[in-house]
Amino acid sequence: MSNQAYNQDRLEHGNQVIDQSKDFLTVVISGQLFGIPILQVQDVLRKQNVTRVPLAPPEVAGSLNLRGRIVTAINVRSKLGIPKAKKGESSDMSVVVELDTELYSLIIDRVGDVLTLKDENFEPTPVTLDPVWREFASGIYRLDDQLLVILDVPKFLHSVHA
Amino acid sequence: MDELIVEFLTETNESLEELDLDLVNLEQNPNDADLLGKIFRLVHTIKGTCGFLGLPRLEKVAHHGENVLGRFRDGDLEVTPEYVTLIFECIDRIKFIVNELEETGSEPEGDDSEIIAKLDAAYEGKSVDEAEIPAPSDQSATPASDDGDVPEQAVLAGTMTQEELDALEAAFASAPGPDGQVGIQQVNTDPAPEIKTEVKADKPTSTEADAPATKSVSAQSLRVSVDVLENLMTMVSELVLTRNQLMQIQRHTNTADSESDFGAPLQRLNHVVSDLQEGVMKTRMQPIGNAWAKLPRIIRDLAIELDKKIDLEMNGQDTELDRQVLDLIKDPLTHMVRNSGDHGIETPDIRKAAGKPETGTIKLNAYHEGGHINIEIADDGKGLSIDKIKEKAIMNGLATPQELEDMSTNQINQFIFKAGFSTAEKVTSVSGRGVGMDVVRTNIEKIGGSIELHSEEGKGSKFTIKIPLTLAIVSALIVAAGNERFAIPQLAVRELVMTTNDNGIEKIKGTPVFRLRDRLLPLVSLRSILDLPEATQDEMEELDSTNVISEDITTVEGDEKAETKVENKDNLKEEKRHEYIVVTQVGAYDFGIIVDRVYDTEEIVVKPVSTILRDIELFAGNTILGDGSVIMILDPNGIAKATGDATTDMSEAVDTTETVRTAAGEKTSLLLFSAGDSAPKAVPLSLVSRLENIDMSTVEQSGEQSVVQYRDQLMPLSPMNHKVVAEGEKPVLVFAHKGHSMGLIVDEIIDITEAHMKLQLDSSNPNLLGSAIINGKATDIVDVGHMLQSANKDWFKDHGDEPYLDRENSHSQEIKNGNSNSKKRILLVDDSPFFRNMLTPLLNVAGYDVTTLESPNEALRMCEKGEYFDVIISDIEMPDMDGFEFAQRVRDNSNWTETPMVALSSHATPQDIDRGMAVGFSKYVAKFDRDTLLSTLSQTLSEQKHKDA
Repeated sequence: MSNQAYNQDRLEHGNQVIDQSKDFLTVVISGQLFGIPILQVQDVLRKQNVTRVPLAPPEVAGSLNLRGRIVTAINVRSKLGIPKAKKGESSDMSVVVELDTELYSLIIDRVGDVLTLKDENFEPTPVTLDPVWREFASGIYRLDDQLLVILDVPKFLHSVHA
Repeated sequence: MDELIVEFLTETNESLEELDLDLVNLEQNPNDADLLGKIFRLVHTIKGTCGFLGLPRLEKVAHHGENVLGRFRDGDLEVTPEYVTLIFECIDRIKFIVNELEETGSEPEGDDSEIIAKLDAAYEGKSVDEAEIPAPSDQSATPASDDGDVPEQAVLAGTMTQEELDALEAAFASAPGPDGQVGIQQVNTDPAPEIKTEVKADKPTSTEADAPATKSVSAQSLRVSVDVLENLMTMVSELVLTRNQLMQIQRHTNTADSESDFGAPLQRLNHVVSDLQEGVMKTRMQPIGNAWAKLPRIIRDLAIELDKKIDLEMNGQDTELDRQVLDLIKDPLTHMVRNSGDHGIETPDIRKAAGKPETGTIKLNAYHEGGHINIEIADDGKGLSIDKIKEKAIMNGLATPQELEDMSTNQINQFIFKAGFSTAEKVTSVSGRGVGMDVVRTNIEKIGGSIELHSEEGKGSKFTIKIPLTLAIVSALIVAAGNERFAIPQLAVRELVMTTNDNGIEKIKGTPVFRLRDRLLPLVSLRSILDLPEATQDEMEELDSTNVISEDITTVEGDEKAETKVENKDNLKEEKRHEYIVVTQVGAYDFGIIVDRVYDTEEIVVKPVSTILRDIELFAGNTILGDGSVIMILDPNGIAKATGDATTDMSEAVDTTETVRTAAGEKTSLLLFSAGDSAPKAVPLSLVSRLENIDMSTVEQSGEQSVVQYRDQLMPLSPMNHKVVAEGEKPVLVFAHKGHSMGLIVDEIIDITEAHMKLQLDSSNPNLLGSAIINGKATDIVDVGHMLQSANKDWFKDHGDEPYLDRENSHSQEIKNGNSNSKKRILLVDDSPFFRNMLTPLLNVAGYDVTTLESPNEALRMCEKGEYFDVIISDIEMPDMDGFEFAQRVRDNSNWTETPMVALSSHATPQDIDRGMAVGFSKYVAKFDRDTLLSTLSQTLSEQKHKDA
């Protein structure tokens, strides 16, 4: 955990750090590539049967059973302000992450590869980015063909609470 | 065997095993001070505990052993193998006695003087062999008594002689425990081991008796850390879920004719898991007495601090419940018992004055009922003061005086569960700081329990707490609303009702209600409070196909408590429109939850909801069902809250105050008749004793008065319309009072009807009280009293009623003042139904809210209940208790001391009036002077207002 915090710290001041690399699980939401620090990922799930929770915030898709543990499913699209997926656009896969001993599954369109990325390619989040995105992005990696937005998972989940 | 002894044995056996090892070590390292200290402490502990438990033989051996060890420790004596052997001998003897104790429950008979002599010799630094020579001779002197005939000088080194020590320890052992001072009454047949100090060695408990004698007590119990148990419980919970899941799959794959190979092993698994679950649950169960152990002491201290006499009675200490639950209710319970002692029980002199025994009693009672445990805390103290609660509620802005006016006593009492509410006048070190009952309630509700309160001012109060036995696994009813399933804890479910065509859900301005037997049950639709869309037919069928519909009544009735009533089972499939009502109880509040479907009951493991969803009050948790899906567990408390703050607005039905209230809003039976002009006239039916048809030709004249021979008496007759028709039969309303009767001749009896007597105008006609709309027509309400009097001046004079107050004082102006005091409540006490019936409409028309009672005793009961009135009107002549005594009692009673009282009297002599004033009447009015009565009332009320201001 402390290592993660350290990494987090590094990420925030990314361009001063050289010679370091980190692993990210890449996911695709509405064509945009996102990265989730691999150490935070517990599981990757196929489309699950989710029980709707009445009166819950709109981002909460419901609850599901993961090997006897109850996982709260979060609709990442809705939280990021991206309209609902068109037919065939999303495979409704999800990435399970843990926060304060509770499990959450982030519903995304598709899961990509695990990438090891060098810190030299890291950029802080551009100030001009959409404020909602800026809030949850801890930085950007320059890949050869596209950009990867790093998702700040704890921040993202905490914002659902509010 | 006493539980304390069992504990002692377990502990001692552990210590002794350690001792063996330590002594061997000691022999090798004779100078290890730490080791010596440790051995000394162990033996010392054994000795100390023995003294406490009253085990003299064991104590003596340990004591002498300890002496020697003490010298080792202090370095006065060198540790030699010879001495170590002696200590071993001593330890062996202790072991022997302990073993005997385990087997028989008492110390064995026997003589330890030899070993004691050896130990004493060692204590003096002599060789063990030297001691043996004198010992037998000493022994022979007192062979049987075994009573410490040790050489006195042996212990002289200490600051106390052996005798003193013995005496001290004996005194200590025989002294009563702390319970003796507080006066705990062990009502239960099973003694609470925690507060018993005397050892009943000869009375083995059933479990020990059943166990084979060879099995040692210490081998029967084992210390296991709570974490291990918790972990075990979690695993078992998961196992239960998996079992449920397997069973579900089995159920679906099985068709009627083919049984899968898994059937039998699954059945077996099912049983084993159930047993395992039960077994593990048992490890977590503890008697509630453990949570009560501190209470006698608390009450004792409280009694001393507050100078009160308090008895604590405890029943059902053996009732077992889950450790986790026990921990959670410990503090609320302590708080409540403390409250009872502090706020509830009065000081001895107050109690004496109130006619109660000086010693107050707090009763604790615990018992199982269904899947939960009930705990009652009752005291015979002063109860809750309604007025103080009202005052405080207004002060804290929780309610307006008007709202309080409309609340029942029970509703008002519920305020004490609000935050910052303490009615204790002064803050003591014990309670009264306004933190408390709200926290208690929150804590209890947190564990899925509920709390009820019944209090009677002056008599005491009683709290009933209902909590689940365990939090880990609960039985829940699975229901569906819309397309979703939910679990309702069985604890809250009272019964299930399916609506029928005859008895369906009715609506009042869109609010659904249901007639459940003779009560109206408020309803809430689960679908609407959860904001769920109605399920389509397809969705419903899909849900039904994957769930067992609760057609099988027995599955639901399996729960001991839920009385299930699923009517018209056979119609279940066809009649989709039937609705299901889950009758739910939260505290004393009943309400119904309308659900679309009722499925099976299932054992569920409650898991906390994610923090994201914790704000939704309607859910108590979530769980995984047998089919692997996640469902939400509804929180009945939350739903009750969603239906309005129901726990405070206790349903009226619960509180059935037997008030004979003839408020303006209530219906009165009226006799309608016509006489004279076209407007129908009415009299309260209760005033009319008979209806007769009298032939007018039989009417005779006696002076100016028309009379008729009626039942061998002359009955005065009075025409309603001032002219007596000479011929034909006429209907006559006969009024009777105290053996006199009189008739009112009318033209025609129209009807008897029930109507709200909302009198609208003070009529200028003295014969009329006013008019009211009855059956859609303006109807004159006849002032029977006035008319009877005008028709026959003797009507009331016969028994001495004279107008006392000067009629000149009464002005219509003042009557109007009376009208403006529309909310004033009047209590009318009169034994004569005639007067009650006559005065009630009169007072109603003047705008008062009238409550009538037949006897002062009833009035005093009402006073105790905390009812409040602005004015009390009382008759003087009454059978059981006369008005004077009544007034006296009211003045002595704290609730109504300030309430003005008006005497309605036929005793109008100055002496009577003086006496009336002396006992506390503020005004004296003649029984039949309507105007004076009204003006007196308005005058009294305005005086009262000035006084208050």
